[in-house]
Amino acid sequence: MTWIVFALLFWITMWILNVRLANAERNRITNWIVPALFGISLLVLWEGFVRGLDISPILLPTPSAIAIRFSTSIPILWVDFVQTFVKGALSGYVIGCSAAFLTAIAVDKSSFLKRGLLPVGNFVAALPIIGMAPILVMWFGFDWHSKSAVVVVMVFFPMLINTVAGLSAKDTIQNDLMQTYGASYWQSLFKLSLPAAMPFIFNGLKICTTLALIGAIVSEFFGSPTRGMGFRISTEVGRLSLDMVWAEITVAALAGSAFYGMMALIEKGITFWHPSQRS
Amino acid sequence: MLMNKFRFFWHKVGPVLTVLLVIIAIWYAATIWLNSSWAYDKAKRADTTISFSQMVSDTMIQDKPLLPAPHQVVKEIYKTTVLKKITSKRSLIWHGWITLSATLLGFAFGTTFGILLAIGIVYSRAMDMSVMPWVITSQTIPILAVAPMIIVVLNAVGISGLLPKAIISMYLSFFPVVVGMVKGLRSPDQMQIDQMRTWSASKSSSFWKLRLPSSMPYLFASLKIGIAASLVGAIVGELPTGAVAGLGARLLAGSYYGQTIQIWSALICAAILAASLVAIIGIIEKHTLRRMGIQL
Repeated sequence: MTWIVFALLFWITMWILNVRLANAERNRITNWIVPALFGISLLVLWEGFVRGLDISPILLPTPSAIAIRFSTSIPILWVDFVQTFVKGALSGYVIGCSAAFLTAIAVDKSSFLKRGLLPVGNFVAALPIIGMAPILVMWFGFDWHSKSAVVVVMVFFPMLINTVAGLSAKDTIQNDLMQTYGASYWQSLFKLSLPAAMPFIFNGLKICTTLALIGAIVSEFFGSPTRGMGFRISTEVGRLSLDMVWAEITVAALAGSAFYGMMALIEKGITFWHPSQRS
Repeated sequence: MLMNKFRFFWHKVGPVLTVLLVIIAIWYAATIWLNSSWAYDKAKRADTTISFSQMVSDTMIQDKPLLPAPHQVVKEIYKTTVLKKITSKRSLIWHGWITLSATLLGFAFGTTFGILLAIGIVYSRAMDMSVMPWVITSQTIPILAVAPMIIVVLNAVGISGLLPKAIISMYLSFFPVVVGMVKGLRSPDQMQIDQMRTWSASKSSSFWKLRLPSSMPYLFASLKIGIAASLVGAIVGELPTGAVAGLGARLLAGSYYGQTIQIWSALICAAILAASLVAIIGIIEKHTLRRMGIQL
């Protein structure tokens, strides 16, 4: 009981502190501290309730148990990370996004193809493509090649739609100006269309980071070698060692956030001129 | 007049039809290409040689092809929807309904939760600063990968069936709703908010009469993304239950026994389901916005 009371008191104190901080002058430091405090207070709340209510570790392990498990099994986690993220997700992400990018540039030349591909692409992007996973695992075998293929299929259409939308984002006036300069197709592509499309392209790239990770992990449920994050999650759930599963989830969350954050940083560097980056 | 209408129709539908035809043509070509080795193997074992046309016709009718031909999938779907009784466990409609009910329940939870969270974020600065970053971070956790654990754990506590799947659907669908609604509830400009103040409108009436109505276009755009995400969540939620029921279970059972035609028909059914759900929301959107006087 003391655990629950302590956790609740801690959470309320943190919340009051956060309200104070949020209503004060907003600056760089409070922008970081407020969400961080909220996150910490949630973890304390979790720990307190699991201990106070005596929840079995088979159902929900405490954050501290997960942290201990994480630090003691780093070698396994690293092998899984390399198998799933570096080999499966990253390779598929690069192949899928570049294929979609090149297709978009090819399609952009013909308005007929654009009118045909966009509705179809929009439709496919809303489909449960992850269902393709068992088929692709059957075609490409159990190793990372099939995971990579699933990721390619998953990221292709969201990326295609965003790039095609981006390539038509330039103004007619700007296009006319390029024509008065006598610019060739390639010149106006590299100097006008692509830079103008960058915010859209990065939007697609950011959406695809999470899709890639999901695709790589879920396709391991349909068959994989004896390593990989999806393999580990499904087998450790079977052995009821949930602290290991949560450690694997932590890795996935960290990898996903880092991947997304990296794309956002690159975006900030390239599209510094866009209004959304200037505030 | 009629000619013009036709031309307009063709301008919109023609390219889409062309792309679809090309996709089907590629599918047939891939069927021949992928299944040919099995056809040749079979002929070799029977000590016969087959001509190219015999090979092509064989690739179209195999029992467990690497890639079933489109007409095989259509036939399987017809067989498992129209010819089977709905209560039969082999009926795709029965499986589809199980998935659909989890999808709709999760979607309802997710939408409610998302709207409430968005209202909190818009009205409380502290919530905006502390919760919003975590809402975004929550989506970098591949929840689909965690789905098996959620199902198994909830099963251990005695919650099974519809609810665990609905929870996964909810987690996937609340995010677009939060993001869209926060944007929508903040979309009235300063002038409109000032106008409400000059009428000395209370906080609640400015919410019901200004903020909520102006958030509708954003809400519907989010709902369309949310319901597609819900369906994916429900399908993946069915995978770890050991292939009992639902479209996801059909996928898993198909992949265990190499029944490719079954996998593809479940997949196409899921696609049709997703498209119709999005279309239904689109129709509701059109009617609501028209009655509100917002032209689409």
